[in-house]
Amino acid sequence: MRLLRNYVPQLTLLPSLILVAITVYGFIALTMVLSLTRSKMLPRFDRWEGFSNYLKVWNHPRWEVALENFAIFGILYIGGTLLIGLVLAIFLDQRIRIEGSLRTIYLYPMALSFIVTGVAWQWIMSPDLGLERAFHIWGWESFRFDWIKQSDLAIYCVVIAGVWQASGFVMALFLAALRGVNQEILSAARMDGASGPSIYWHIIIPALRPAFLTAIVVQGHLAIKSYDLVVALTRGGPGFSTELPSTFMYEFTFSRNEMALGASSAVMMLVLVMVLIVPYLYSELRNER
Amino acid sequence: MKLTKTFAVLACTSALAAPAIADEVEVLHWWTSGGEAAAVSVLKSDLEGKGTGWVDMAVAGGGGDAAMTTLRARVTAGDPPTAAQMLGMTVREWADEGFLGNLNDVAAAEGWDDVIPPAVQAFGKYDGNWVAAPVNMHRPHWVWGSAKIFSELGLEMPSTWDEFFAAADKIQEAGYVAVAQGGQAWQEATVWEAVVLGISPDLYRTAIIEADDAALRSEGIVESFEIMRKIRGYVDPNFAGRDWNLATAMVINGEAGMQIMGDWAKGEVIAAGLTPGVEVLCDVAPGTQGSFLFNTDFFAMFDVGDDKQMAQQNMAASAMSVNFQETFNLAKGSIPARTDVPGDKFDVCAQKSMADLAEATASNTLFGSLAHGHGQPAAIQAAYTDVVTQHFNSDMSAEDAAAALADAVMAAK
Repeated sequence: MRLLRNYVPQLTLLPSLILVAITVYGFIALTMVLSLTRSKMLPRFDRWEGFSNYLKVWNHPRWEVALENFAIFGILYIGGTLLIGLVLAIFLDQRIRIEGSLRTIYLYPMALSFIVTGVAWQWIMSPDLGLERAFHIWGWESFRFDWIKQSDLAIYCVVIAGVWQASGFVMALFLAALRGVNQEILSAARMDGASGPSIYWHIIIPALRPAFLTAIVVQGHLAIKSYDLVVALTRGGPGFSTELPSTFMYEFTFSRNEMALGASSAVMMLVLVMVLIVPYLYSELRNER
Repeated sequence: MKLTKTFAVLACTSALAAPAIADEVEVLHWWTSGGEAAAVSVLKSDLEGKGTGWVDMAVAGGGGDAAMTTLRARVTAGDPPTAAQMLGMTVREWADEGFLGNLNDVAAAEGWDDVIPPAVQAFGKYDGNWVAAPVNMHRPHWVWGSAKIFSELGLEMPSTWDEFFAAADKIQEAGYVAVAQGGQAWQEATVWEAVVLGISPDLYRTAIIEADDAALRSEGIVESFEIMRKIRGYVDPNFAGRDWNLATAMVINGEAGMQIMGDWAKGEVIAAGLTPGVEVLCDVAPGTQGSFLFNTDFFAMFDVGDDKQMAQQNMAASAMSVNFQETFNLAKGSIPARTDVPGDKFDVCAQKSMADLAEATASNTLFGSLAHGHGQPAAIQAAYTDVVTQHFNSDMSAEDAAAALADAVMAAK
């Protein structure tokens, strides 16, 4: 009985450990193997192609577009949500009235799925339906906002919708962290005559480091996974100008019968996540120790 | 094995007389819209009359993408359905993988070889054996015109690209959208293949069916991209992402003059309470008179156990019956894959298709449609579509597009 009790924690963790080992790490390994095969419509493990699948993906014009878009989207999405989230959090932290209601309003987009956000913004940004038409009706005839129909600007529409959706969440993270800043340090700083802005710049924002870490990790992996937003907003168009690595992966695996190339692109997405997030996690967590 | 099959056919013929054996087929398809679903239920009740049950596995959405994903999961798990709706190239790819059954006995008994056009047989057969039953033929290269705008401006349906652009100019001057286009890659590819066929059937054969490098870099392909660029000039600025049926609605409502789209657009016309050929005019795309591109829905038959084979053969026979092909295609807007179905119940556009089909078969200008899964395997088809949509949505020159097309196709091959 005592022996059993000693192993209770391990035993309770065991089922989820097995599940994670199979469904996460097992399938990652399977995808890696798949990316080396010559699988077309169905997974085949008897015909081998090797690393030339990766070369094919790298040389594909669509992958080039996908990476470029990913850089634009990733930087602006993460940067935009951090900036807007932080500013909103600082304003809300001024002990204003109706803070509770405002917080809820800003946080509310998070309750929507990316599909809903995508469809709604598609309507708003569509020139024959949304903002542009509204302004024309109100009398500003020369107003133009047709980015979503232009190949070189459509990706910024995806950024706008994404930032709108996620800024409130980042705000909530920062707000919670702001509330956790040690008030005694702030009082001491004020006694020493530090001004408001410099208190924020030198004391509060550095104290938010863990919140930045959380926000970047959460938003970073959302940016790489981002699929539904693009599908709902532009379907990858006009042409394939808003292609992202995730839409590339889906398209090649499931529509084009190029499963091995799809798997290669999935592995490269995994590498992208690791390249972006692992060093950050590593340095942050080491500092904490 | 051979013996069982003979027995199965014998049993299936006798089953026509005496519906006794309870058996069932499981059918995966994406015919879920009103008219299509009604047509499928004709097949279902026909089979039930013969004592064969029907397990419906309808997977909506994505022009069949979702259905194909489901199918892959089922087959990979070792549990294929009895039959699945597929386009021609997909039939070939599944047959390549060795998963399809054999319909030779029922095909011989019903005389499929005599009533199916050879170009369609090429997809329904694999290595000389029947593996799939063709139920319809769509024709993707039509021009649909608003009768209201055409009569108001005194125009005639164009038969050359010069006439097309002259008409488009007049329509645009009168304040309408000249060409209703949906901005999705497959719709742009639908227009492009019609343009190529219109330039010459030989160009279509060499550059698309044979995917010949020299033909892809030829003057003809450059010309096709120049025509695409000109068409782009008559499309309204909001076309990006638009669905095909919304573009058809623009023609139906008299907001736009013309749309280049397949005969499934008729479904929208009929649903709006109008008659194809009357309120919405139909003619083949400029220069394509006498040629015929097709895309056909097949019921591909999977290699199921001997115990299910009789039901499968039953179903194949029903799907190929004159009665079903007529009912189904009246609802679907296509024409029957059998050439011996009488055309008197069909509208004028379908009757024209039926006449043109005979002409194109005779002159050897009947080809599979690239944009709709009958020209090249999915990977190569996508290489064409990528370049066509990239050119249409940017300011790429026609020469660059032709070179990019040849490079992309050669890389995908």
